[in-house]
Amino acid sequence: MNWNNGIQILIYLVVLVLAVKPLGIFMAYIYEGRPAGLNVWFGPFERWIYRVCGVKVEAGMTWKEYAVALMIFNVLGIVVVYAIQRLQVFLPLNPMGMAAVTPDSSFNTAVSFASNTNWQGYGGESTMSYLTQMLALTVQNFVSAATGMAVLVALIRGFVQKQTKTLGNFWVDLVRSTLYILIPLSLVLAVALVTQGTPQTFNSSATATLVQPMKDSAGKPVTEQVIALGPVASQLAIKQLGTNGGGFFNANSAHPYENPTPLSNFLEMLSILLIPAALCYTFGFMVRDRRQGWALLAAMLVIFIPCLLWSVQIEQQANPLLARLGVDQSATQFQPGGNMEGKEARFGIASSSIWSVATASASNGSVNSMHDSFMPLGGMLPMWLIELGEVIFGGVGSGLYGLIAFVIVAVFIAGLMIGRTPEYLGKKIEAYEMKMASLVALIPHVFILLPTALAVLIPAGKTGILNPGAHGFSEILYAFTSAAGNNGSAFAGLSANTPFYNIALGLGMFFCRFWLIIPMLAIAGSLSSKKIVPVSAGTLPTHTPLFVFFLAMVVLIVGALTFFPALALGPIVEHLMLNGA
Amino acid sequence: MWREQIRPALMIFIVLTVITGVIYPLVVTGVSQVFFHKQANGSLVYSSEGIVIGSTLIGQNFDDPKYFWGRLSATTPVYNAAASSGSNLGPSNPALVDAVKVRIAALKAVDAGNQAPVPVDLVTASASGLDPHLSLAGVYYQLARIARVRNMSEVIIRQVIDQNTSGRFLGLVGEPVVNVLKVNLALDRLKI
Repeated sequence: MNWNNGIQILIYLVVLVLAVKPLGIFMAYIYEGRPAGLNVWFGPFERWIYRVCGVKVEAGMTWKEYAVALMIFNVLGIVVVYAIQRLQVFLPLNPMGMAAVTPDSSFNTAVSFASNTNWQGYGGESTMSYLTQMLALTVQNFVSAATGMAVLVALIRGFVQKQTKTLGNFWVDLVRSTLYILIPLSLVLAVALVTQGTPQTFNSSATATLVQPMKDSAGKPVTEQVIALGPVASQLAIKQLGTNGGGFFNANSAHPYENPTPLSNFLEMLSILLIPAALCYTFGFMVRDRRQGWALLAAMLVIFIPCLLWSVQIEQQANPLLARLGVDQSATQFQPGGNMEGKEARFGIASSSIWSVATASASNGSVNSMHDSFMPLGGMLPMWLIELGEVIFGGVGSGLYGLIAFVIVAVFIAGLMIGRTPEYLGKKIEAYEMKMASLVALIPHVFILLPTALAVLIPAGKTGILNPGAHGFSEILYAFTSAAGNNGSAFAGLSANTPFYNIALGLGMFFCRFWLIIPMLAIAGSLSSKKIVPVSAGTLPTHTPLFVFFLAMVVLIVGALTFFPALALGPIVEHLMLNGA
Repeated sequence: MWREQIRPALMIFIVLTVITGVIYPLVVTGVSQVFFHKQANGSLVYSSEGIVIGSTLIGQNFDDPKYFWGRLSATTPVYNAAASSGSNLGPSNPALVDAVKVRIAALKAVDAGNQAPVPVDLVTASASGLDPHLSLAGVYYQLARIARVRNMSEVIIRQVIDQNTSGRFLGLVGEPVVNVLKVNLALDRLKI
């Protein structure tokens, strides 16, 4: 690895970790209702919202009420996003005259954005009107992220409270997450991106006269270039911060308008992990033991950092098939070299590889390079990180509550090993919690492996493949992995905008979002009603390096063992064939 | 249990839609249009007659020997800024090898004497299909050809390249690159 690649990784990690504490404390203050600037200034507005909407702030919700409120709100979101896409041709702010989106694609996109997945079966700039991008997609970017954060906060209350039935109020958690955390950060990021060159306009596309006229593939002269524009920056900011990932343009953050410079790339990449990382601190702060928060962050980094190093290492290698043609793939002071197919020149190898690992870890799913064109193992890495359950950072809120499910599994296993009743943060972990945690850990596995098996058996699944051989299998496996992990990135060669894929992936996204949220809330409700056991000599400490390492191993073993056979059929065999040929 | 949540659900949905889907994008648009007008409207480039001839952030196709060529583009037609896309060809796909072969042959056809190995970004497709940049290696590979076709000294062309090169952020992050459209326009302005 050349020194600059190492420096870029180091800078990224240092800036990220430095941001964890201040943002973490701020979010804890917001959720606990303590004065923290913004919530003082906008407090009257917040209370006005509750009054107008008929929210009884003081009335807590049991876990079932919390789940019901959450489901009504999210299903409503799905219906509205579906309707806006179907009707966009009749609605305003459609300067390019985009037609109504097909029913199956509309369903897929509605579930995709409501479940914080942001898988895109469609091409943004060629499908969606400005109104759809703003009123349907941007709104879901905010509220799906806020939903994940609300569930996490409810779970934290489950640990903090004793012998209490209620978990707080979903509407309050939702509004506070949006108003005080997501909107302010997005405003700052959006304006910062505009300074770098990201458009933010309601004008229709620009038309440029080409400097050098050319001919298209049919031989017809082309003298003009239509340049798609729009309110890009505002959607881009929240898509990065809310671990959404659904871009304004088809090429996502690889598009020079979405990501014009190395600085914009750094800010966007930082935003991917910012809130998920800081929520670890918020967790530690709210359970009144900050070491617990740092321990969870450490467990994430134990898996994340080696993946970063490995990914850069793989992509920096030359493709042997191109080396044979005499192509210069070496890293010099004049070029990054390495595997540049599907990568942008301004990002080169380091910024593209770091992004691929961050976006897969974080359930973000935005891309600044095409994962389909990565080296076989370089493309396997993001796929495998998603398969770990999106708990290495993971989605905002959802990553941390997912990791806490793995903590429950870990303390249970540890409890069996030392022969004591497992407990975490003073709460006894019993059969009920263990069953729910197992559901959270295992449901995504079912929704990845079974549909992949189905898709490779039927013509509707196989016709979408672009790349031949083992790589084609990887494309399908990646698609269902991405849906089940609520990630949204893709091996984009797969033509997935078909009824089969739109519906199969849509169902995967829906169940892997809400069938995990409901058991997590059940755990929260059960924990909340328990006593707090005082710490004794027999308590397993959960903030030590030993436990951090143990937790990381549990995550790795559950994820790695399940998916090793499938990965062996795809990227691993492709790697062996590419280097052995 | 679910009935009393319907009104809050509808009302909160409407309020949050207005805040995040209308007010937020309008505020960002207002600030951007006032303070960063050029960037907010796509960093467009105008000719001396005032017509739009491109954007500094959106690449254009060049295959005339007198221009620097940029990255390959997988959009249809190439450099279609209304439908961005990468090739998505996998590393072991024979179609990738064929595309690279065709590109190398095209480069050699206009510069037969050049025996240097071709830099990788000059023969591979970008992720967006609209990459406006090329590595310095990719530009230097074409330097002798441009000088010969345009009958200009390499020293002057190097100056033009330097003027249109952007470095790493803080010298560390990202990669140094040359803006292909800007460098070609600058050459045209020097000498037709």
